Amino acid sequence: MSSPTHAEPVVHARPHKINVRILRQDGPGQPSYWERHQVDYEENMNIISVLQRIASQAMTVEGKKVTPVAWDCGCLEEVCGACTMVINGRVRQSCSALVDRLLKEHATEIELRPMSKFPVIRDLMVDRKRMFETLKRVEAWVPVDGYDDMGPGPKLSRAQQEENYPLSECMTCGCCVEACPQYTKIEVHRRPGETDDQYDQRKRETYAQGFVGAAAISQAVLFNSHPTGANIANERMAVLTGTGGVQDCGNAQNCVAVCPKKIPLTRSIARAGRAATLYALKRIFDH
Amino acid sequence: MAEQRVVVVGGGLAGLAATMKLTELGTPVDLVSLTPVKRSHSVCAQGGINSCNDQTRQLGDSEWKHFDDTVYGGDFLQNQPPVKEMAYWGPKIIDLMDRLGVTFNRTQEGFLDRRRFGGTLYKRTAFAGATTGQQLLYALDEQVRRREAEGMVRKFEFWDFLSPITDASGRCVGIVAQDMVSMQIRSFPADAVIVASGGCGLLYGRSTMSVFCNGSAASRCMQAGAKYGNPEFIQVHPTAIPGADKLRLMSESARGEGGRVWVPRKAQDSRPPKSIPESERYYFLEERYPKYGNLVPRDIATREIFNICVNEGLSVEAGRMCVYLDLTHIQRTELDRKLGGILDIYEKFQGVDPRDVPMKIFPAVHYSMGGLWVGYSKSGDGGLVAGHPQNQMTNLPGLYAIGECDYQYHGANRLGANSLLSCIFSGLFVAPCVRTWIQNQSKSAHELPASIMQNAINAQEIRHKELLGSTGGENPYLIHQELGDALTRAATVVRNNQQLESAYEKVSELQQRAKACSLSDSGSWTNQNVIFTKALQDMFPIAKSILRGAQLRDECRGAHFKPDFSMPSLSEEEPAARRAEAERWCDRFEENNRRFLKSTIATVSDEEPQISYEDVDTSLIPPRPRLYGLVGAEVIEQVWKERVTSPQTTA
Repeated sequence: MSSPTHAEPVVHARPHKINVRILRQDGPGQPSYWERHQVDYEENMNIISVLQRIASQAMTVEGKKVTPVAWDCGCLEEVCGACTMVINGRVRQSCSALVDRLLKEHATEIELRPMSKFPVIRDLMVDRKRMFETLKRVEAWVPVDGYDDMGPGPKLSRAQQEENYPLSECMTCGCCVEACPQYTKIEVHRRPGETDDQYDQRKRETYAQGFVGAAAISQAVLFNSHPTGANIANERMAVLTGTGGVQDCGNAQNCVAVCPKKIPLTRSIARAGRAATLYALKRIFDH
Repeated sequence: MAEQRVVVVGGGLAGLAATMKLTELGTPVDLVSLTPVKRSHSVCAQGGINSCNDQTRQLGDSEWKHFDDTVYGGDFLQNQPPVKEMAYWGPKIIDLMDRLGVTFNRTQEGFLDRRRFGGTLYKRTAFAGATTGQQLLYALDEQVRRREAEGMVRKFEFWDFLSPITDASGRCVGIVAQDMVSMQIRSFPADAVIVASGGCGLLYGRSTMSVFCNGSAASRCMQAGAKYGNPEFIQVHPTAIPGADKLRLMSESARGEGGRVWVPRKAQDSRPPKSIPESERYYFLEERYPKYGNLVPRDIATREIFNICVNEGLSVEAGRMCVYLDLTHIQRTELDRKLGGILDIYEKFQGVDPRDVPMKIFPAVHYSMGGLWVGYSKSGDGGLVAGHPQNQMTNLPGLYAIGECDYQYHGANRLGANSLLSCIFSGLFVAPCVRTWIQNQSKSAHELPASIMQNAINAQEIRHKELLGSTGGENPYLIHQELGDALTRAATVVRNNQQLESAYEKVSELQQRAKACSLSDSGSWTNQNVIFTKALQDMFPIAKSILRGAQLRDECRGAHFKPDFSMPSLSEEEPAARRAEAERWCDRFEENNRRFLKSTIATVSDEEPQISYEDVDTSLIPPRPRLYGLVGAEVIEQVWKERVTSPQTTA
């Protein structure tokens, strides 16, 4: 603990309490509402530890007993992608959002909102299944024959590895699509009497009408540039040139600005765009 | 027979490898996970994955030597056949992951690059930057997604495994699980169940583990009668970044790439580290372990760092324990290429660039060597019989365990970059074994009377409802903190019996209090409060097994260090006397092995762990003293060699 008797100049007055304003929602289709919480300031806090304190207190700043705020988190070191939310207006992971820095930007309050491009499950938790479904659509995998021992994979140059590695760091966190003007929210409500399978099927079909988004485009580019992955490049290009494909990108370049892994998403989109042109031309000549 | 299905609980490396292989063999899988599987804790593994390879082979390495390093590093507490099998699969697994598109770092010529890790003198470790676990997990995740698209896998993400279901004969025929969004509790009939739920670091409050690693799945199997092996062996990683919510890992690869650990020779030297001259720095690992230097096995590095801060008072800071981990002598471009990912983590969470300023690190709970007991079938050549149904099966027939949640591969201490190997290996290897098991069953789990499933669901619904209505006044989050503090104090780097006993009492008291939690959320939609409280209550069987196992084991072995029972260095100077002292040392070593070279087996009844011991199969490599850094090691080694080659001379 630092002692207050030191005569060093105090740069920032450390607050005793942190005010947090949270946009809550009890469930899908329900109205959202703001709630204010207050937690004791500690050194080196991040938004995860703030939310942990809030869960433990379960009480608003007005002293009203409430349920703990629901949120999603996992690794707490920004490699799993679970804890994405909108913090002081900016989409990012809550684990790497350090309180001291947030207070420097905005001294009186921290504002937490769920991502706006995905259906809210509860409070700060959203349903990002659409992103995983899109990975399925663009066949983001290497189509190997099987998993037996068949010797090493294709030899790759260091340059090729260094180009692919950043793309393979994508953790499907959703920042890029949250910031994207062309990626709009699709929420499919369950119909009475619908089975799980029917509901899932309808969701998949509806998602397939929307923009695939930067993350999936970049994954398609990654697998198209792998020697074995390229064997189904045309199938990926068929998706990227179809409904909601790469042509829907409006070139706002927000995606690359918010990507926590600094993945060169706009470069991937440009590569996908060029490949789409070639693919379209090839189709014309093949027919 | 009706269609047969397998349930896999957990979608990290092990669970995904098993799922992928099972579907290839034609068995459909229900994959149940607390989190979207792509976010599983395996993503946190940084440094790499070990195997003997073409480069090391030319320097004299072999699969056998990898096997030997693994059992020696683990202080001989593993049954050797599964470890041997794993080491021999190593090269094949790297090849497979390479084919699946893992972006492994490459040499100039395009081969896989390798780095050195702790506990070996060979560069065995393949790596993808400093995010190897993430890259390996993604490759398996992609294959499982491919199988999902083909209809062979149904994923149940954000589902909490509540218990295995057994039929009248005790055979495991499915699981009960709860949807963490809708809170629906349902059964998943299955002809076999594979638990791949990872470690239990959350018992310690803060650790390097993800929030899902709470041990609840393993504990729920244990409460259903499964045996738990070697609970007291918890690896404390030497280098982590202390944080309020988590202790973030700083990979061993930082040292593998040349990172040096040091403290100023003058206690709490207030100068900036870069301006402290070489002569005033104490590179204590290099000085004390000239052969391995900064790459001694993890248990040793951890104890040395702990010791230098606690006993020698040389912590870098006065108010907080830490030492320097220094990379600043290495070129930035080299650091970015090989360690970028982890250096970014440090910079992001500490606000300091480790390329310019030495990092401040301290040990943290990292891995559970112990886990669910599983069997194996030994082959003629000392490995495993492929496809044998006993491999990886717990003592509950039809219930399998793989990955970090089994106890099989790492003995008393895990070597760096061996965990990714053991997870993928056990996942791939278990699949044909499970196939054999289900094909030998006369009846599909789907044909069993519905009452078996319904009874299991009812039991869980009762537990759930009781918890929602509980009004005891206790706060589950605060109890969790207290549990973490108690375990961290008593059962990490240095252990003594008095502390373990009082921690046991404390934990027993917490267990009672945890039954009297009042929930701040009694709702029926995405209730994280009740899910957490259940996990908390289920932490106690393993927590108590850790403490009891540690208490009863009066010796030092791997990560389990009790100074009251440590084997001393030699002190005699005169050669004959030194030789006689070494003989006595070896006598004591043998005597100790007779008592303690045994797996701890914990079961739970009436909330109390019951501890028994099981012999370890050391038939392939005879145990030998682990002598890293001990004074007189060469004499002891000489005496030991003579004993092993002429066993009749031993007492």
